[in-house]
Amino acid sequence: MSNSTTTIKPHFDLAKRAASYRVVHPEDPAPAPTLRVHPDSARDLIYACGLTKSYRRHKTSVPVLKGVDFAAERGKITAIIGQSGSGKSTLLHLLGTLDRPDSGEIHFAGQRIDSLPVRQRDRFRNEQLGMIFQFYHLLPELTVLENVLAPAMISKGVFSYWRNLRPIQASAKKWIDLVGLGHRMNHRPCELSGGEMQRTAIARALINDPSILLADEPTGNLDQETGASILRLLQSLNRDHGLTIVMVTHDESVAQSCDSIVRLTGGKVERLPTLGIAANSGTN
Amino acid sequence: MYKLLLCLRYLRTRWIALASIVSVTLGVATLIVVNSVMDGFTIQMQERMHGILSDLVLETRSTMGIAQPQWYEERIRARLGDTVEGVTTIVTLPAMLTFQHNGNSHTQQINLIGIDQKTYASVSDFSKYLLHPENRQQLSFLLKDTGYAPEREQLQPAGWEYRKPMARYRKATVDVLREQAEREQQRYQELQQKIKEQNLEDGTDTPSPAADSGLESIMAGPSMKLENKAQIKPFDAEVEQRTGIVLGIGIGSVRGRDIDNQVQDFFFLRPGDDVQVTFPNAGTPPRGIDESFTIVDFYESKMSEYDSTFAFVPIEKLQHSRGMINPQTGIGAVTSIQIKLKKGMDLNAARDALRDEFPPSHELVEVRSWRDTQGPLLAAVQMETTILNILLFMIIAVAGFGILATFFMIVVEKTRDIGVLKSLGASSRGIATIFLGYGVLLGSVGSGVGLICGLLFVWKINDIAKIIEWITGREVFDPTVYYFDSIPTMIQPFMLVWVTLGSIAIAILASVLPSIRAARMHPVEALRYE
Ligand SMILES: Nc1ncnc2c1ncn2[C@@H]1O[C@H](COP(=O)(O)OP(=O)(O)OP(=O)(O)O)[C@@H](O)[C@H]1O
Ligand SMILES: [Mg+2]
Repeated sequence: MSNSTTTIKPHFDLAKRAASYRVVHPEDPAPAPTLRVHPDSARDLIYACGLTKSYRRHKTSVPVLKGVDFAAERGKITAIIGQSGSGKSTLLHLLGTLDRPDSGEIHFAGQRIDSLPVRQRDRFRNEQLGMIFQFYHLLPELTVLENVLAPAMISKGVFSYWRNLRPIQASAKKWIDLVGLGHRMNHRPCELSGGEMQRTAIARALINDPSILLADEPTGNLDQETGASILRLLQSLNRDHGLTIVMVTHDESVAQSCDSIVRLTGGKVERLPTLGIAANSGTN
Repeated sequence: MYKLLLCLRYLRTRWIALASIVSVTLGVATLIVVNSVMDGFTIQMQERMHGILSDLVLETRSTMGIAQPQWYEERIRARLGDTVEGVTTIVTLPAMLTFQHNGNSHTQQINLIGIDQKTYASVSDFSKYLLHPENRQQLSFLLKDTGYAPEREQLQPAGWEYRKPMARYRKATVDVLREQAEREQQRYQELQQKIKEQNLEDGTDTPSPAADSGLESIMAGPSMKLENKAQIKPFDAEVEQRTGIVLGIGIGSVRGRDIDNQVQDFFFLRPGDDVQVTFPNAGTPPRGIDESFTIVDFYESKMSEYDSTFAFVPIEKLQHSRGMINPQTGIGAVTSIQIKLKKGMDLNAARDALRDEFPPSHELVEVRSWRDTQGPLLAAVQMETTILNILLFMIIAVAGFGILATFFMIVVEKTRDIGVLKSLGASSRGIATIFLGYGVLLGSVGSGVGLICGLLFVWKINDIAKIIEWITGREVFDPTVYYFDSIPTMIQPFMLVWVTLGSIAIAILASVLPSIRAARMHPVEALRYE
């Protein structure tokens, strides 16, 4: 975990940090969409402000997010932690445009993405975003290689896919080799171990060269050892490819290895400094 | 691209869905079989009807008939030009046929048709249905020595080889009778003589003259008649024949089963037998005429209606007997003129042209095509086919609901995959396409298999019928009922295409709703689905 510290910038004083992130009081009555983060699109690859989301069930509305501000810096690993049911997955889904917030905005590389038309959001997910999940979510009918190829197939029609078959397959193989599954290319997901499935999912998330990876408890279903190796893989991707990673985790130690940590409590966010690292120098 | 791949993968890994397609397959196969058999029946029936009936008929109802057939024929040829293949004149009459069998007299109603043996074959397939091979080439109303359908054992012997011994036998019977009668008479005379002598001896010379003459005339009766007939009409059945008649095979035989339960024809009349035909003459009021004919051949069109009523004789014979020949000109009248058109000519157009040429208001003739004649029957068969098709298509539609249910289940089963695909950037339309494509593929495979099964079934239908007979011990296709030796089938390519596309369409329709549901699925909820 400590090898990631090499990319970390010098320190800041705590006061500045405290100024830049107001601690949210859970008893705050109105989730006013005031900007508690001061986003900087040059620094933050993705940021959200004032996100609210509630689920309606039989007329009773369950508020899950009550005005969440969030920012993930370019080339950094941001961890989202919180109790179970605190809305971590919900937040990640909003960031991944799989769902739309009730209010608030999400910006990606300076562009607002939550209000985009459906097709553009589909395109955005396909091209800019990689997602991995706790339960891997591989397609059981397809082999490892085909699973990894799936996003490329989605982005291309039949003809352009066939025309570019070679480079696409080459890059798929490159990613599969990178995650260490070169010998498992033609296996079905059901023939793989959990760690191997997660590696496949990572390769799949990366095939279209996204700029951000959203991971929902990527190690949640794995044993310590395997989880650690998955984590090392993510860290090396972050280091070698400059991949921005947002990662939901339950594991405090995993979170501590990240560049910054966001804690969700009661539908609000508090950003905590990690050991010796923090968000950039605040308010600008 | 992923759509195609996933469709194919789902098809390959989810064979269970094919179970739902099997219903479509069966439906399609049944449709094809039913349609082929129905078409086979219809076409065979039409062919037979058409074989007997000429394309167009010019008919009169008047007893005297058409007095100048030549003139009509010229006008027909002038009007229709070179579309005419052949024209013939015929005389048709209701008549009564009487024949002896086992010493009993049998009477039957027939349609007596006087035909011109030279031209009749040019307007219909009449000669094709005759039993004697030579008559099939060119009909002659002369009895042949032998060779009537040699493959039919039940019909043998027939022809002269049958008539001669029969005539000889009858003659012998008559001779025996005559001898017997002569002997009786002689004995009687001797007896009389004796009585006279006795009376002379007794002295009572009063024999009863009334009783004597009565007895004498009775006893002498048969022998006298026989002698007279022999003198007046020296018709020798052993070497002579009456005017030829071609009988429908149903008049002279019955189809039934023998002890071994084999289908057999039992002939109670055969070529060489004589029959009596009673028909009306051309007078007013008509009177019955009695004529003897010799059966020279049988006619088997396999249309039981025709085979059991039609009897063909030479037209001149009928014209002569009925008095239809104009004494001045020597031209014989006819009751109808039959026309055959060249292949591929428009039947209805030709009919309308003739109706125009001979307007019903002016002429006493009526113009009809063979389809008009058999219209009601053809329409009934058509109706039956249509209803069957509708019913079977409903069955396929029911099968479609089965597909619908299966598809819904597959979509539910694939919920998480749908969520994953959406998270990877697949559009709703793309998701819908996967399941629609899956439906198309399943439908195609199902109806393709159904098509092949149906065609195989039709191809081997007679063997299958035999197997079913063997298993159930019951006759599926009773040749005594149908007059067909085998189940006729006819596969129409258009029908195949129609049925296949129809069932694919049903599979697609059934997959539309599940596809829409899949497309509408919320990605987050789909991902959370366990
Ligand atoms: N479709 C839904 N309808 C109603 N409530 C929902 C729905 N989806 C999520 N919730 C509620 O939203 C809350 C947040 O869920 P979420 O999955 O984001 O939590 P989480 O922080 O990811 O929890 P965990 O750590 O267990 O994954 C939960 O209380 C859950 O019950
Ligand atoms: Mg969660």
